Amino acid sequence: MNKRMFGLAAGFAAAMMIVGAAQAKTLKMAYDADPVSLDPHEQLSGGTLQLSHMIFDPLVRWNKDHGIDARLAKSWKRIDPLTVRFELNNGVKFHSGNELTSTDVKWTFDRLKVSPDFKGLFTIFKELKVVDADTFELVTTEPFPLVLNLATYIFPMDSKFYTGTDANGKDKGALVKHGNTFASTNVSGTGPYIVTSREQGVRVEFKRFGDYWDKKSPGNADNVILTPIKEGPTRVAALLSGDVDFIAPVPPTDLDRIGKDPKVDLITMSGTRIITFQMNQKRVEAFKNPKVRLAIVNAINNTGIVQKIMKGFGTPAAQNSPKGYLGHDASLTPRYDLGKAKQLMKEAGFEKGFSITMMAPNNRYVNDYKIAEAVASMLSKINIKVDLTTMPKAQYWPKFDEQAADMMMIGWHSDTEDSTNFSEFLMMTPNKDTGKGQYNGGNFSNAELDKLTLQSQGMTDEAARIKVLKSIEGIAYAEAAFVPLHWQDLAWAAKKGVGAEAILNVMNFPYIGDIVIK
Amino acid sequence: MGPPLWRSHVCSRRITIDYLVFAGQRLLQATLVMFVISLIGFSIQDNLGDPLRELLGQSVSEAEREALRDEMGLNDPFFVQYGRFITNAVQGDLGTSYFFKRPALQVIADKFPATLDLVIGATLIIVLISVPVGVYCAIRPNAWLARAVMGISIVGISIPVFLTAIFSIYLFAVTLGWMPSFGRGEDLVEIFPGWKTGFFTKDGFAHLVLPCVSLSSIMLPLFIRLIRSEMREILESEYVRFAWAKGLAPKRVWFLHALKNTMLPVVTVGGVQIGTMLAYTILTETVFQWPGMGFLFLEAVNRVDTPLIISYIIVVGLIFVVTNTVVDLLYTWVNPTVKITGRGR
Repeated sequence: MNKRMFGLAAGFAAAMMIVGAAQAKTLKMAYDADPVSLDPHEQLSGGTLQLSHMIFDPLVRWNKDHGIDARLAKSWKRIDPLTVRFELNNGVKFHSGNELTSTDVKWTFDRLKVSPDFKGLFTIFKELKVVDADTFELVTTEPFPLVLNLATYIFPMDSKFYTGTDANGKDKGALVKHGNTFASTNVSGTGPYIVTSREQGVRVEFKRFGDYWDKKSPGNADNVILTPIKEGPTRVAALLSGDVDFIAPVPPTDLDRIGKDPKVDLITMSGTRIITFQMNQKRVEAFKNPKVRLAIVNAINNTGIVQKIMKGFGTPAAQNSPKGYLGHDASLTPRYDLGKAKQLMKEAGFEKGFSITMMAPNNRYVNDYKIAEAVASMLSKINIKVDLTTMPKAQYWPKFDEQAADMMMIGWHSDTEDSTNFSEFLMMTPNKDTGKGQYNGGNFSNAELDKLTLQSQGMTDEAARIKVLKSIEGIAYAEAAFVPLHWQDLAWAAKKGVGAEAILNVMNFPYIGDIVIK
Repeated sequence: MGPPLWRSHVCSRRITIDYLVFAGQRLLQATLVMFVISLIGFSIQDNLGDPLRELLGQSVSEAEREALRDEMGLNDPFFVQYGRFITNAVQGDLGTSYFFKRPALQVIADKFPATLDLVIGATLIIVLISVPVGVYCAIRPNAWLARAVMGISIVGISIPVFLTAIFSIYLFAVTLGWMPSFGRGEDLVEIFPGWKTGFFTKDGFAHLVLPCVSLSSIMLPLFIRLIRSEMREILESEYVRFAWAKGLAPKRVWFLHALKNTMLPVVTVGGVQIGTMLAYTILTETVFQWPGMGFLFLEAVNRVDTPLIISYIIVVGLIFVVTNTVVDLLYTWVNPTVKITGRGR
């Protein structure tokens, strides 16, 4: 009798488990790469931030409309030109069970300040002042408009969990770029997911965190399996065959195919990464003449490049700031006019043209080498003969640093999601001591632009700041500081019923915690 | 051209002083080759690109980069770096992978079983198909089936592996839905400590089929053709004619007398082809997202993970050198009529 009862109970339990398993929803996703480390401060990269949004939560985060939403910080207020005060949500638990307090935020902030990758962004901050358990202040050295933009990078870590020494006697909080640290393989955040297993380069498995603080989150994926699939065609095949539910990025060659497939949804957005060519004025005397630079911009049909080479998978650009950024000036439009370009070359005294060298990577940006080939042939129309070399990105970047060719390609995404970042790194007069113009391989220099860029960095009045940012773009446009090509589009694809569209944004941080699977 | 004499007359197999001297020379050569491989492997690292680009974000200042470069010893002169490398290398330490943050050799060892699964699967396909088919084509050279096989094999040799791989994924995984599209699957069995294989589970086996077929697609036609032509040569030889004249049964002549002697050169070629096979694993593993050594290597190149790249080169070099040395030693032992070089005979 007893035995039978036991058998029944066991059968019932097993049946419940099967029902439970049927209800547990698993999201299988494939990206082109998996995160380098579980330490959110080891590398400033898209991969790290995407992971951080799963296992941590930021103080605030970007929404679809380029606005800022509250996350762990429920409110904030500027209390003086140098200080913004934040209030934390109550009752937020880390995966370890510890409760989130201002001390954790301070610990995280101090760690960011020494992280090789992040400290550049955080130099403007003097300190993080703890007011009480739920309140803290971010204090800057001078008035700073982008406090919230940078707060999107603060993903509070569990300071108690990361304090002490690990099995090897090393500090658990240690941050090492190329070393096996406690934080690179162990994690305790406040995020919607816990890492349950990880084989680097093969798969990462996540489980929904039972005590997740955000009870309003609609997310219903109980388990997530992230598999890196490097090859585009294989990634697409994995989606179409149903082996995975969600992929990113979608290779441009497969956009048509995926768009037409009734089993999957294709989601595309105009991105924020600008692709450009820089004209090195130190190497080529002629590039010092604004007329020659204007002629080059006029000779390059970047709208045509987007249509023909990018197959529409991009937005033709005439400035750095994409739509939605404060500095974006809608009146600056692409200018392709071969007649005008020839005229300008004639006026500059280069009717017969000249020869230049050009370099571009061949595996960094979408269709990078094809774009370079097209630009080279377009320049031949105004008698500029181009000797083009393309190479893998690993070899390209050292060449870029050496400024090894007269025209070089670079794509740029603003880490702060703000216009100033473009001018600070790409257009300000290069200066080794201040680090300004670090990627200005064209050696473009304009005193007014330098002044406005520095000014914009300290303006907290948004309306006035927008004017300054727009005038920076205006100067770059008039002077043809560089050759703007296009903003690369973003593309994801998901099985029908996976509510991917709602959680995607132009920053390419899929908020997996909020994904709803039907 | 008739077959070389040694095929029919296998002589004495005594280990002589000459043989020991030869073996010693061969081992010395192998060591020297390994040393040269390490030097070449190490010297190309400067041309692979800057590892810091992959390690650091875009906003990191030049001073920071320099500091890290110093810390990692990348600014030291070449021979200082090489000296440090070789000192550690002879102690079995080939450096720590930048990406995996673990000893590079250990990372490679972890990925080795996946590649081994693939190589074993492909080898089985090649052996099980090429021998009967090759023999058939040799015995019945004029049959339409044999002609068809020969025709198809030419096409097979000419189609690149990655094309076969992508095509088979689209046909069998996407269109027909019979096979999984990527990876090794989740159901693996550990047969030795550290060696998990997919051969003994349904899921693991299903994942093996397409990659193994793709990997074998180049070598299979090659071996069919090789076996066919070797076998045809043997069938023309004196002792086979003698066997026929003796009135032996056809099966006995074909499979005992002829096939045995066909296999000697085929096995030798097979040993050398292991290298080619390893090269093709890079392509196959990349297309199928197969977590093996080949894919690891390609990724390491993309990430400029120099310690891992050098370790891979050395490990693969070692596999080559060891197989070649062993094949040479066995060959000379089995067949002493091959001239032992440097003895002036």
